[in-house]
Amino acid sequence: MIDGDEFVQSLQAMGVNFFTGVPDSILGGIIAELMNRGLYIPAVREDEAVGMAAGAYMAGKMPAVLMQNSGLGTSLNTLISLNMIYRQPCILIVSWRGYGGKDAPEHLIMGQVLPQFLDTMTIPHRTLSEKTAKEDFAWVADIYHNRRIPVALLITKGVVRGLHP
Amino acid sequence: MKPEEGTLISRAQAIGALLELLTDQPVIVCNGFPSRETQKIADRPTHFYMIGSMGNAPAIALGVALAKPDKQVVTFDGDGNVLMGMGTLATVGALKPKNFIHVVFDNEVYGTTGNQPTISNVVPLEKVAKAAGYVNAVRVLDREDLVYEFRELLKKDGPSMLLIKVNEFQEEAERIALDPPDLTKRFMKAIE
Repeated sequence: MIDGDEFVQSLQAMGVNFFTGVPDSILGGIIAELMNRGLYIPAVREDEAVGMAAGAYMAGKMPAVLMQNSGLGTSLNTLISLNMIYRQPCILIVSWRGYGGKDAPEHLIMGQVLPQFLDTMTIPHRTLSEKTAKEDFAWVADIYHNRRIPVALLITKGVVRGLHP
Repeated sequence: MKPEEGTLISRAQAIGALLELLTDQPVIVCNGFPSRETQKIADRPTHFYMIGSMGNAPAIALGVALAKPDKQVVTFDGDGNVLMGMGTLATVGALKPKNFIHVVFDNEVYGTTGNQPTISNVVPLEKVAKAAGYVNAVRVLDREDLVYEFRELLKKDGPSMLLIKVNEFQEEAERIALDPPDLTKRFMKAIE
């Protein structure tokens, strides 16, 4: 399992220096680590977080937005009519609730369609695994810098240490 | 007709008055006619014109303000926009960026889509902002008060909201001329 500390360090090593989002239990360990470091700016909705990240990007920061996959639905219009149209990149750290059909009912449909949903939005995505973590982060950085659009790193349960092991 | 309606200025007149008091501050302008009118009245590279993502203007401005704490950041917003992204009033109120000025042109309608009513006639948005934690929140009804209050807010620590009641008049104004990616580049360079 990847530690929250290690995860945050990998993002910082990439140059990420603006962190916002809306929590999810899978992301709890990462957010706790960001808060320990005084780096996390909490948003009240995911589209707001994406908007803040866009502003920070234009002001010279490299932003990451943390959210549950349900938050992608909330952010859809902002990701398309702001980030994609204006070519403003953003790293989306998205927890994959409903992965493999095992979760609370509200997560099952989004969990099932998540990859197709991102494909439809033309947002490149990749699922983090401990074994390939280094390449996964490098891939994210490459898309961010070279395509200047949002890129999603999907986090399934148990890959990054949460608040409750 | 509401009692004050005959005396209200137009949004374009309000924008003109505000731009006379602004110089090189970053200004994030919400989608629809506010952006088009601002472009027509004075197109500056420090202006970021939105064409989509309705409701997100203050969120974008907040991102700029947090990343550039030494720059005063202004957003031009509308009543329909504020109502759509009302949660952001809370985020701004909680984070309290001193360099954040939120101007709201309140005409009580969705003007760009044909003047369908919003609910800002019964929901005083500056009071919502104040309750959410904005340090200053002022409502003005005419040009003279607008100029006086905006001058004051430019001198004060924020976050601040200036709500300007305007009439429904819409200036004839072209769509945003620059391609969105070019707007991003121009704005980034201007506020570097």
